[in-house]
Amino acid sequence: MCGIAGYFGDAVAPGDGAALLWRMCQALAHRGPDGQGAHIGRDIGLGHRRLAVIDPGQQASQPMASHSGEVFITYNGEVFNFVELRETLRARGRRFRTASDTEVMLQLYEEFGPDFVTMLNGDFAFAIWDGRCRRLMLARDRMGVRPLLYAWRDGTFYFASEAKALLEVPAVTAEIDPLALDQIFTLWSPIAPRTIFKDVFELPPAHVMIVDDGCARSYAYWSLTFPDRGEQAADRPESAIAEELRALLEDATRIRLRADVEVGSFLSGGLDSSLVSALAAREARGGLRTFAVTFDDPDFDESGFQETMAAALGTRHHAVACRGEDIAAAFPKVVRQMERPVLRTAPVPLYLLAQELRSQNLKVVLSGEGADEVFAGYDLFKEARIRRFCARQPASGLRPNLFRRIYPYLRSLQQQSPEFLAAFFGIGADAADDPLYSHRPRFRATAGAKNFFSQELRSTLAGYDAADELAGILPAEFGRWHVLHQAQYLETRFLLPGYILSSQGDRMVMAHSVESRFPFLDHRLVEFAARIPPGMKLKGLREKHILRAAAEGLVPAEIAERPKQPYRAPDSASFGGAEAACAEQLFSADAIAETGLFNPRAAAKLYEKSRRGLIAGFRDNAAFVGILSTQLWAREFATPSRAAPTALAG
Amino acid sequence: MSDTVHQQVRDFIVENFLFGDDKYPLEHSVSLIESDLVDSTGILELVSYLEEHFGLTIADADIVPANLDSIDNIAAFIARKRDEGRRLAG
Repeated sequence: MCGIAGYFGDAVAPGDGAALLWRMCQALAHRGPDGQGAHIGRDIGLGHRRLAVIDPGQQASQPMASHSGEVFITYNGEVFNFVELRETLRARGRRFRTASDTEVMLQLYEEFGPDFVTMLNGDFAFAIWDGRCRRLMLARDRMGVRPLLYAWRDGTFYFASEAKALLEVPAVTAEIDPLALDQIFTLWSPIAPRTIFKDVFELPPAHVMIVDDGCARSYAYWSLTFPDRGEQAADRPESAIAEELRALLEDATRIRLRADVEVGSFLSGGLDSSLVSALAAREARGGLRTFAVTFDDPDFDESGFQETMAAALGTRHHAVACRGEDIAAAFPKVVRQMERPVLRTAPVPLYLLAQELRSQNLKVVLSGEGADEVFAGYDLFKEARIRRFCARQPASGLRPNLFRRIYPYLRSLQQQSPEFLAAFFGIGADAADDPLYSHRPRFRATAGAKNFFSQELRSTLAGYDAADELAGILPAEFGRWHVLHQAQYLETRFLLPGYILSSQGDRMVMAHSVESRFPFLDHRLVEFAARIPPGMKLKGLREKHILRAAAEGLVPAEIAERPKQPYRAPDSASFGGAEAACAEQLFSADAIAETGLFNPRAAAKLYEKSRRGLIAGFRDNAAFVGILSTQLWAREFATPSRAAPTALAG
Repeated sequence: MSDTVHQQVRDFIVENFLFGDDKYPLEHSVSLIESDLVDSTGILELVSYLEEHFGLTIADADIVPANLDSIDNIAAFIARKRDEGRRLAG
C-alpha cells in the first residue's frame, strides 16, 4: 500500500510541477517509506510514495509506464486477484516485465479501458494517465478501504491519498465545511464527496472519475444491493449456505495472504478476527503472528479471549497495553492522521497497535473488520428489531426490558424502568416506515453533542439536518428491502467507509506504514451475504448466526458463541492526567472563541465536568471528544480565520 | 412556591444538560427525551438531584416519563411526593 498524488491542468507552471509533487509526496511519506517517484508531462503530474509489499524490487516502482510509454499509473492498495488476471492477460498475448499487481492494472486498462475496474478484487485507489487521449482516470475500491481525495483550483485538478498533500497546493485552503461538521456530529462522518475541508472532496467508494478537457465526471461501477422483501433465497438449507460462506471466506483470506512480506493478523478476541486468524494460521508459512490491544479497565478489556484464541491457534501473540494516558498523549497525532473531528477515542488504540506492528517489522495485517456490517453483528441491528417489537404493543411494560439484554455493558440503561427504556428508544415516536428508523436513536444521541455549537455556527447551519440529507440520497430500491437490509445498507454504505475504514482503519495503520486487509469485505462475500435471508444473519437476537455456523470447528466454542462485545476505548476519562494539558488549553475560553465553533461557556462546563470525572453517558463523552478533536483539527490544519464558519458549502 | 420549583428544576437542567446555555428554548412542557436533552445517564443524574436538593425518596417505580420527562411533570411529581410526605408525617 502506498500514497498517491498528482495534478492535471495548466495552473501548475511547467517548472513548478516537480517541486509541487515532491511536497505532496513528502506529506504522504508515512504511507510509503520505501521509495518515491514522479512522472511529469505537459499539464500532468503523477506522484507516488511506495510501501513495497509485492515484487519489492525497483522494477515495480511507481508511477509505472506501459510498454508503449503512453499510459502511466500511480496506485495505492492491492488487487488480490492479480495472479488470475495476469493469466487472463497472458492468454490474450500480453507479456510482463515485473511480478507486480501494478503492471497487471496497467495492462488491464490498455486491454479493456476504464471498465477493467469491475474485474478487480481488492482494496485500491489509483490514477491512470492516458497520454493517447489526454485523459485521467481515477477509481476507488468498492467498499472504500483506500482513500482518494481531490480538489479543483483555477481549472486544474489535484488528487491525493490524504488532504495534507492537497494542502501543499498553494491555492487549496483548510477552511472548515460547517455542513460536514454537522454531519460528523450526527452521522459520525461526512457524506462523500463532502469532507471536513471545504475545498477538498472525496471520491466515493466504488466510483470511477474521468477527468479530461478541464472537467470531471464520476459514476458508480458497483453498488451494494439487496433482494426485494420476500425474494431472499431461502431455497437452500442453512448448512449449505454456511458451507458456501466458509469456502468464500477461506478464499478471501487466502488471496489476502498474497505478499512478498510477512502478513500478520489482528486478534481482538471476538469471533471475526478469530475466524480470520484461524484461516490465516492454516495458510501462513512459518506461523502467524497476532496482535491485540488490552485495557486496564475490565469494561473494555478482552485479553482473556485473546489469549484463549492465540493458544488455540498457536500464534505468536503480541499484546499492546493501552492506558488512558496513552490515549491522551497520542490523540493529537491521531487527529492529524484522521484529518477530521471524531466523537470517540477508539481510533487511538489502533494507532498504537499499528505502531507496535511496525516496530515488529510487519507491513501487512489482516483484520476482521466488516463482518459486523455484512452479517448483522452490531447491537444496533438487534436494537432496531426490539424497537419494532415494542412499537407493535406500545403499552407493553415487558417488551422494553429486552433493551437491557442487548446492552449489558451500559450500566445506566440497566437501571431504567421499562417506560423510560421505551422513551429512550423512540417507541411511539419513530415512524416504522422512516428509512432511517434503525439509526434514529444513534443519530439523536450523537446530535445531542450539537447543543455545544456556537450561535454563529448554528446561524450558518440555518436548521440544516444531516439525517434529512442522508435520507434523501438513498437508492430508489431501498424501500423494497427487508428492514434488516436497510439497516445493513446504512451501516455498510456510509459508516463503514466514512468512519470505520478511514478514521479507525486506513489512517491509523498507514500512519505507521502498515497495510490492513479485510477478508470479510471481499466483494464476492459481500454480495453473497446480501442474498442470505435476514433471519439467518440475525436469528432472533443472535447476531451473525450464519457466520457462527460457518465458523464451527475453526474457533473454540467459547469464542464462537460469545455475544458481540463492541470495540470501545475510554473517552473523556482518558484526559484526566498530566498528558491532557493540551485538552485544558483547547477547551479554554480563548481557544474556543478563536475557532468560533462552540459555545465557550458550555464547553468550559463540559471540561470541568470531565475534569471532575463526572462524565458517564455517551452524549457527553461524544461532545467532549468531538469538541477536543475539532479544536485539534483547527489547530493542526486551519488558521483561526479559516476555522470560523463563513457560509454554507454548496 | 410552584414557580420556584419550576425555576430550580429548569436551572438544574440548563446547567447540567445544556451546560449553561440559557438561550435554549426550554418550555416547561417539552419532553426532555424527545428533545434529546436527557439520556439514560442524565435521568439518573436528575433523580440524584431531586433526592438531594428536594429531600425526596424516589423509588424505582417512580422513575417513569410521566414523572420526570418534562419540567411540568417533575414539578408535579415533587408536589405529590411532598404531599405524600406531609400525609405520612401527619
